[in-house]
Amino acid sequence: MEAFFWVVAIPATVSAVGVVMMRDTVYSALLLVVHLLAVAVLFVLLNAQLIAAVQVVVYAGAIMVLFLFVIMMLGLGRGEGVKEKLPLQRPVALLFGGAMAILLGVVMSQTTIQPVAGALTPGDVLAMGGNTQVVGRLLFSDYLLAFEVTSILLLVAIIGAVVLAKRRL
Amino acid sequence: MPTTQELIAISPEIILALWALSVMFLDLLIAQSRKSILAYWSLLGLLLAGGAEFSLWGREEILFQGAFVQDNLSLFLDLVLLLATGLSLLMAKGYIKDLEMEHGEYYTLTLFATLGGMLMAGAGDLLIVFLGLEVLSLSLYVLSGFRRTEPMAQEASLKYFLLGAFASGFLLYGIALVFGSTGTTLLGGIAVAITEGGLLGDPLLLLGLGLLGVGLSFKVALVPFHMWTPDVYEGAPTPVAGYMSVVAKAAGFAAALRIFLSAFLQLAGDWTLLLSLLALLTMSGGNIIALAQSNMKRLLAYSSIAHAGYILLGVIALNSWGLSSVLFYLAAYGFMNLGAFAVIVALRDGEREYLALNDYAGLGSRHPLLALSMAIFMLSLAGVPPTAGFLAKFYIFGAAVQAGYGWLAILAVLNSVLAAFYYLRVIVIMYMREPAGQVAKMTHSPALALAIFLAVIGTVQLGLFPAAVVELAQASLFPFLGS
Repeated sequence: MEAFFWVVAIPATVSAVGVVMMRDTVYSALLLVVHLLAVAVLFVLLNAQLIAAVQVVVYAGAIMVLFLFVIMMLGLGRGEGVKEKLPLQRPVALLFGGAMAILLGVVMSQTTIQPVAGALTPGDVLAMGGNTQVVGRLLFSDYLLAFEVTSILLLVAIIGAVVLAKRRL
Repeated sequence: MPTTQELIAISPEIILALWALSVMFLDLLIAQSRKSILAYWSLLGLLLAGGAEFSLWGREEILFQGAFVQDNLSLFLDLVLLLATGLSLLMAKGYIKDLEMEHGEYYTLTLFATLGGMLMAGAGDLLIVFLGLEVLSLSLYVLSGFRRTEPMAQEASLKYFLLGAFASGFLLYGIALVFGSTGTTLLGGIAVAITEGGLLGDPLLLLGLGLLGVGLSFKVALVPFHMWTPDVYEGAPTPVAGYMSVVAKAAGFAAALRIFLSAFLQLAGDWTLLLSLLALLTMSGGNIIALAQSNMKRLLAYSSIAHAGYILLGVIALNSWGLSSVLFYLAAYGFMNLGAFAVIVALRDGEREYLALNDYAGLGSRHPLLALSMAIFMLSLAGVPPTAGFLAKFYIFGAAVQAGYGWLAILAVLNSVLAAFYYLRVIVIMYMREPAGQVAKMTHSPALALAIFLAVIGTVQLGLFPAAVVELAQASLFPFLGS
């Protein structure tokens, strides 16, 4: 299992870097699909099949199609004409990003993450009717407030998008 | 299923959410010429929510498996948020009409933003902190770009959104690392996990805490995470800028109090050091750059940054005096800062706003009452007795000295002296400088006059008779610190 983690994690990281580095926005978007699919596999490795499926259907599917659609419709294919006005931006970003990566790496190598107390084993989940049932039950019990607030958050996002984009209010 | 008791305890938040929705529905029914009804309708909702807060006073309710806490602390902060929202709506009513952006969504988003702030104030779970923050921020991104045809507003909105999303990323990363280290996102659970798991020096936990700090620092605009503030305040509609300066700060500090005190109290030795450095940078940075400003909104933006630095002293002091003075400071700051923004809103000739400092010349003789109000707000922001700003600073610096941060208090006092220069300059310009051309015109509106009047009353009242609010602030700490 551990070896398989690296098989997925390395492409996930490489494609994420590619999303940022590519000059052509369509390539960026396609690499983001690769990244999202890789993360979905990581979810499967963690026995979170529902989340993996949601990741593929919602992110890699619906949202990325929308992304590509907008990019192509607006003709944003090549990022020409975008001039970097801050000459120091790249080196400074590399410096701080690298420092952050090293810091995270050192910290991660020094800690062992304990399993969450009272966490369900795959056997428990199976006995309770499977991933979907367990997640659904948690959403409407322990995480009820978070669930409701999320719905408000989405509503605010919709209102905001309409306010900013609609020609006549 | 939530129990009836839970629903009653969270009723202020429910009322506000329903009210925001009702504004949207009413917006469909009301003709464009009569949209100001929505302002009064929203104010009614704020009053009802405030009434619900009062009726809940004195309880400590832990709701939804610990995700939300309705105690006196959250009630006090909610009241500050509701009051600030009310003042900003009074300011906004005429303003958004004159600038042709009077849409129901303005009120809906304002109410939702306040709801987000209230959720942060009562959060018992890092998830709710994050969601509340996002509800607040998303509404503010849109509100700051509400004047859609204005390039400056678009710039403000986009800048705020990009940087805000980046900061949210930090916050979320911090939450993830804290969860990885402690195995829970409940604030109380984190404290238990730190004790029982012996996580005091755990690097993962410390890194998570640091990232959480970065995310929150951005929201309350501490130096060096303040870059967005002046541009956003300048581009946003003036009532929104005033609203942001108070509500976003109060909500950010509320979340910081919850996170640092109920979850990470045992790591206090680590974060107080970091925060005192930030406080020093924030006070000095804000004040020094404010000296050079010639635009009123930018001046108030830098001044609000400096005030966040002062407030931080109360958090660092980490005693009950310090925490109650944080609450008092937020209340006083709400009145005086929104008052100052209300005066800017009043100085307007239809669509034209008078934002340059030099536009204030001759105001003392032309609009004596308005100039007097502005003078009171400036004196209070500078911290001159007998105003609210003086007592607020007095309490907070006193708490810092008591906690052994004498050096920080001395630097804070020096900073206030520096700050007095630019606040008093506004007064000097108003009363002593001859206007170069025409004196700035003033827009008369009963709602706006009421907002300024209330802000003056609040500023003077908290300065002369602070006892009631101080007692309220002290009472709000009781169950929170006791637990």
